[in-house]
Amino acid sequence: MITPRTEAELSDAISGAKGPLRIIGGGTRPIGNPVTGEVLSTSALTGVEIYEPGALTLVVKAGTPLAEVEATLAAENQRLPFEPMDHRAVMGSQGEPTIGGVVAANVSGPRRIQAGACRDSLIGVRFVDGQGAVLKNGGRVMKNVTGYDLVKLMAGSYGTLGVLSEVSFKLLPGVATTAALVLKGLDVSRAVGAMSKALGSPYEVSGAAHDPEAERTTLRLEGFEASVRYRAEQLRTLLSEFGEAEIIDEGAVALWSDIRDVRDLAGEQGDLWRISVKPSDGPAVAAALPDARLRMDWGGGLVWALCAEGRDLRPALSEISGHATLLRAGHDTRAAIGAFPPEPAPVAAVSKGLREKFDPRGILNPGLMG
Amino acid sequence: MEMPAPDATVIAKKPRLVARLLSVLPREAVIFEEAETRAYECDALTAYKCPPLCVVLPGSTEEVAAVLKICSDENVPVVPRGAGTSLAGGSLPTADSVILGVARLTEVLETDYDNRFIRVQTGRTNLSVTGAVEENGFFYAPDPSSQLACAIAGNIAMNSGGAHCLKYGVTTNNLMGVTMVMMDGTVMEVGGGHLDAAGYDLLGLICGSEGQMGIVTEATLRILPKPEGARPVLMAFDDSEVAGACVADIIKAGVLPVAIEFMDRLCIETSDQFANAGYPDCEALLIVEVEGSEAEIDEQLGVILQIARKHDPIELRESKSPEESAKIWLGRKSAFGAIGQIGDYMCLDGTIPVSELPFVLKRIGELSEQYGLQVGNVFHAGDGNMHPLIVFDANKPGDLELCEAMGADILRLCVEAGGCLTGEHGVGIEKRDLMVDQFTPEDLEIQMKVKDVFDPAWLLNPAKVFPLAASAARRAA
Repeated sequence: MITPRTEAELSDAISGAKGPLRIIGGGTRPIGNPVTGEVLSTSALTGVEIYEPGALTLVVKAGTPLAEVEATLAAENQRLPFEPMDHRAVMGSQGEPTIGGVVAANVSGPRRIQAGACRDSLIGVRFVDGQGAVLKNGGRVMKNVTGYDLVKLMAGSYGTLGVLSEVSFKLLPGVATTAALVLKGLDVSRAVGAMSKALGSPYEVSGAAHDPEAERTTLRLEGFEASVRYRAEQLRTLLSEFGEAEIIDEGAVALWSDIRDVRDLAGEQGDLWRISVKPSDGPAVAAALPDARLRMDWGGGLVWALCAEGRDLRPALSEISGHATLLRAGHDTRAAIGAFPPEPAPVAAVSKGLREKFDPRGILNPGLMG
Repeated sequence: MEMPAPDATVIAKKPRLVARLLSVLPREAVIFEEAETRAYECDALTAYKCPPLCVVLPGSTEEVAAVLKICSDENVPVVPRGAGTSLAGGSLPTADSVILGVARLTEVLETDYDNRFIRVQTGRTNLSVTGAVEENGFFYAPDPSSQLACAIAGNIAMNSGGAHCLKYGVTTNNLMGVTMVMMDGTVMEVGGGHLDAAGYDLLGLICGSEGQMGIVTEATLRILPKPEGARPVLMAFDDSEVAGACVADIIKAGVLPVAIEFMDRLCIETSDQFANAGYPDCEALLIVEVEGSEAEIDEQLGVILQIARKHDPIELRESKSPEESAKIWLGRKSAFGAIGQIGDYMCLDGTIPVSELPFVLKRIGELSEQYGLQVGNVFHAGDGNMHPLIVFDANKPGDLELCEAMGADILRLCVEAGGCLTGEHGVGIEKRDLMVDQFTPEDLEIQMKVKDVFDPAWLLNPAKVFPLAASAARRAA
């Protein structure tokens, strides 16, 4: 395993590589098609470079543990807006998640629907391309349209276009109070209806999830205490056609942490899929996958599906626009089905073209995304 | 600002090109008489003008594809144009280029309140997107100050922002999908009603690419439920630095206003006279706006005012009615027009880390004295996006050049302070040659390689964004 300690060492490691490299941060998110190659880890590129609480911005080296980043921010009552999930439980992985890994996989949580994805908070990157060139894009300011936005391109590119050495974020103030509203006994269709109604209200719902097995629909409110209390009451009235909502204060944070990490489906036998659709198509996804165990987030737009090993869900979902990623499955299944969905021809041509420009030798996580 | 010399062989092709364009477009969608093409000779950066070879106004994605195929075939550069409100020269033509305008693409294609998006053709104006959904209690968040006129196509090309992006983000954070035609006529669909890409984030790449990757003809935009209410508070200080410190303290306190706007003395005085806003006599003025229910607003403003009082304000003016709110915003919204009353002006758009505000304001003051040109500062303080307005006299020989030199110095200052050349207006031609101050040759090369992927012949808006010397070989090939 190669573990560069500086950006210069990272550059040398890549320019001097004789064959394919398998890029990892903390190695807790083994997502994508199987890759063979010498392991290159960014875990020794650590440390906060710039943290300005008064500017709501953070610049941090890519290998810095996520836990350290979150603790640093919490000390100033601030946070990453996008609430990155911890994949360890559901992927059955071990190790220390890094902030670079969060970016490489564009990891977001339930708050995605309100505060945007990881890529929306990411304002700058430094990375090393497939030939060892050290490159930067974006910066440390919130508003920046200087040149092309490669920052977004790097988010969710899983190390196939370059290896991140430094990432910058815009931040949000910490959450003073969290409350959950729980509705019971709704089928998927009614649950999505309730969540859409809540998300279409002015009450700033920051989470909307549904458990079809328990028929439990959970909404989240965050903010100053009086405001949370006010909005909870308003929402309860607004949603009265869906039943009497229970308001939960104690344990709301832990409840949402479990939803974020899809803990219900952790450790269960089977392949795990992550499906992104329009929220109103959530019921259609459920109907198309009668044998799968489902959890829904993002108001119904994000569906986690646990199903029999080796099964390709995409044909069953072909009439529904969106995409399905095979998140957790055995080596052979991922190799056969493809972790990422096939792309339409024009998009596939651009993706391939970008890979050839960023990594002409094809050595960075080759084949991981297709 | 230099533009590449027009290609005489392209100009010589005009009759054939026009004939081919007329074969795929209705007569009224092709403008080629010289008197009429003049209407497209510039955008809002009016210091630079050049009529294009011709102008096409296609009425559908298919027509856009047909036009691009012909231009690709004839090797003719294409300059995309939304509403022509770019302050950076983003849609400035060259004499050998075809302007492709989206002005006839104005339909709302779909409104979906359950899934909170609207799908529109991109010639639609920013404000009319909100107009299409506000009766149902929704709005489209990005609000550039040209929102009455500017088109969504241009907003996407420049990744436009606005006063309220501290809370709601800029265009890229509110764009869910596009239909885009590439230079070879290929139509590409990216994103849609669902969230996030499965593969590479091409949507993020396309947004802000200044019309250099393709022509976006349709867009899926996130719409948001309108807040219950909003209320601004006005704060006057006798020192810009103190106002800057107040901004940082508000942000640190854990409240997130939707907008924090800053104006300096020149802007305060001119807009007060211009719009009769009743602003206090002071060095620096902040307008801070928060949203929510009445009680929530009271709570947030309570925290904010408490912080402001620690900074010895000359005056704190809390709005007590919608009329008072409008009056507080009136001067700010008239600031550009007001400065226009005292002379010609150039509006800059650099962003700096908020912590560098006092230093940068001081340096701008020094540069103002050094160059002998007045500067007004009005900007989005919450996110560090500055809009220094340099006043000059376009009729005085050399004054424009002096103003440009000073503008370049200010933008370099922004980069040195840890910021960037442009926060929401785009590079266009205006900041093209300053890109070397922010990026290394390698940083620029990888961006140009991305353009190679989308437009290998460099026909789409070719003389923008990158320094001419850096892109010369690609444009000539």
